[in-house]
Amino acid sequence: MIELTGVNKWFGEFQALKNIDLSVARGEKIVVCGPSGSGKSTMIRLINRLEAHQSGRIVVDGIELTDDLQAIEKIRAEVGMVFQSFNLFPHLTVLENLTLAPVWVHHTPRQEARELAMQLLVRVRIPEQAAKYPGQLSGGQQQRVAIARALAMRPKVMLFDEPTSALDPEMIKEVLEVMIELAQEGMTMLVVTHEMGFARTVADRIVFMDQGEIVESGTPRDFFAAPKTDRARLFLSQILGH
Amino acid sequence: MRWLRANLFSNWPNTIATLVIVWLAWKLLVPFFDWALVEAIWVASDTQTCRAAKGTGACWALIHEKHRFMLFGTYPFELQWRPLLVILILLALYVTSALRSCWRPWLAVAWMVGLAAIGILMWGGVLGLRYVENERWGGLALTLLLATFGIALAFPLAILLALGRRSELPVLRALCVLYIELIRGVPLISLLFMASVMLPLFLPEGMSIDKLLRAQIAMTLFAAAYLAEVVRGGLQAVPRGQLEAAQALGLPYWRTTWLVVLPQALRISIPPLVNTFIGFFKDTSLVLIIGLFDLLTTVKVSIGEPQWVGFGVEAYIFVSVVYFVFCYAMSRYSQNLELELARGAARGGVR
Ligand SMILES: Nc1ncnc2c1ncn2[C@@H]1O[C@H](COP(=O)(O)OP(=O)(O)OP(=O)(O)O)[C@@H](O)[C@H]1O
Ligand SMILES: [Mg+2]
Repeated sequence: MIELTGVNKWFGEFQALKNIDLSVARGEKIVVCGPSGSGKSTMIRLINRLEAHQSGRIVVDGIELTDDLQAIEKIRAEVGMVFQSFNLFPHLTVLENLTLAPVWVHHTPRQEARELAMQLLVRVRIPEQAAKYPGQLSGGQQQRVAIARALAMRPKVMLFDEPTSALDPEMIKEVLEVMIELAQEGMTMLVVTHEMGFARTVADRIVFMDQGEIVESGTPRDFFAAPKTDRARLFLSQILGH
Repeated sequence: MRWLRANLFSNWPNTIATLVIVWLAWKLLVPFFDWALVEAIWVASDTQTCRAAKGTGACWALIHEKHRFMLFGTYPFELQWRPLLVILILLALYVTSALRSCWRPWLAVAWMVGLAAIGILMWGGVLGLRYVENERWGGLALTLLLATFGIALAFPLAILLALGRRSELPVLRALCVLYIELIRGVPLISLLFMASVMLPLFLPEGMSIDKLLRAQIAMTLFAAAYLAEVVRGGLQAVPRGQLEAAQALGLPYWRTTWLVVLPQALRISIPPLVNTFIGFFKDTSLVLIIGLFDLLTTVKVSIGEPQWVGFGVEAYIFVSVVYFVFCYAMSRYSQNLELELARGAARGGVR
């Protein structure tokens, strides 16, 4: 589904990603973790071209990412993304947030788009908020709207960049529940998160990054029980130990 | 009483300042009201009555006598219902555009229909309306037309310039910067002169653009440069995440700009936009120097007539009041809008 081979990314002189190889199979759920600044966000932002890589190959659903705008837009329409800071459109209602892209990208008839949007709002458990503006919702509600907005494009893959780290603890749960359900339905997911409970229940594989490299990757059971590297061990002791 | 004591008489210096200001106001305002209202002459069949009262009472009879000229310029007298209708259409368009409940697609249609109707009414020549060449347009009607068309044409241009200035294409960006800086660095007066003197030199033999159109072009280009910077400020205030979220959904550049970025940018920039509109509205009076009969020119011409010489104060007070009414309306409107938006933002989002 997603194939990264030998990917390098520089910001000016600074190399943010070093020789990244990662492949995500259809239906696979991968959790990416690692210390701050290790390049997690950069890596998943490469996959829908919010950042451009300088060398290596990225192939998503059989389409290679190059400067070709049409290919980029095609991939973006197939890859849903959820941001740490929600990024809902504040000038549109919740329902309009959900129908905007289907109407303008997929040319879905408005009525149909609205019906799908309502179904998705039911799925993320906030149908009663459809007519409100994002500014009137709680953080947890906003993030669930953001997930629904991405799902409205019927994506084949969902990318999450620390979807719960801007939320209060009681809201984290409601967002994670939605994500777990999504995983159970078989969505292909690539999730940057430090919610290790979520990683244990959902992830098929955990990818640990440090200083722009993928240091190790393995099943949650192996990774938590016996990290192979010192860096991973240190990281785990920091986030689990508090 | 409490408020008085707290704010005006809290201590000695404050009390003295209050008393001095009250005394000054008394000294200045009372004679003014005496002159402007009590002793004023409102209607007069000849200027003798006015001359007799000069110094003690204002001669509003001048305005009474000349108001048709000030409103409509030298538009044929019996046809002046047409520019009157135009002014009313414009006012109606301003008011509906100001109401946020009317911010719907039909408003754009209303503007297009309105502007077309205005063109037909002013020029005539169709639908049995007599043709009136635009040399004869003037007064308040001309001022409003220059301002409205100027802004209506400059605004889209300004948006394109602002987007161009933020573009990733170096050539496009450089061109937009050049345009904006060049036009902003030159006084409007010199642009008007250039338009009226130089533009004809560049045009091919036998082709001519009339004076009004030239002035309108110059003013539009001028306003666009200023508005572009205001719009750019708004664009910069839209968080980057908005753009990324739209792109991540697969929306192409123009859709993203049109549906996500611009609506937010323009809402943010409403107060500075209105500020620029106000400045531009007053700047239309500069067409006086190339011989167009806008409101200020008609007033100036009126008091140049022998029988009205010496009544400049009344005339200029009148013209100031007219400008003030329009500008104050715009300013109040922008303040209200700002409050409304602030309330929206307090709930966590700009609406
Ligand atoms: N646009 C940019 N320009 C320059 N440097 C950048 C840019 N974006 C990221 N970086 C740098 O690249 C490195 C990786 O950043 P990235 O945001 O991918 O880290 P991260 O693993 O997501 O960290 P965090 O957990 O803090 O979100 C950091 O050192 C960061 O400073
Ligand atoms: Mg990050």
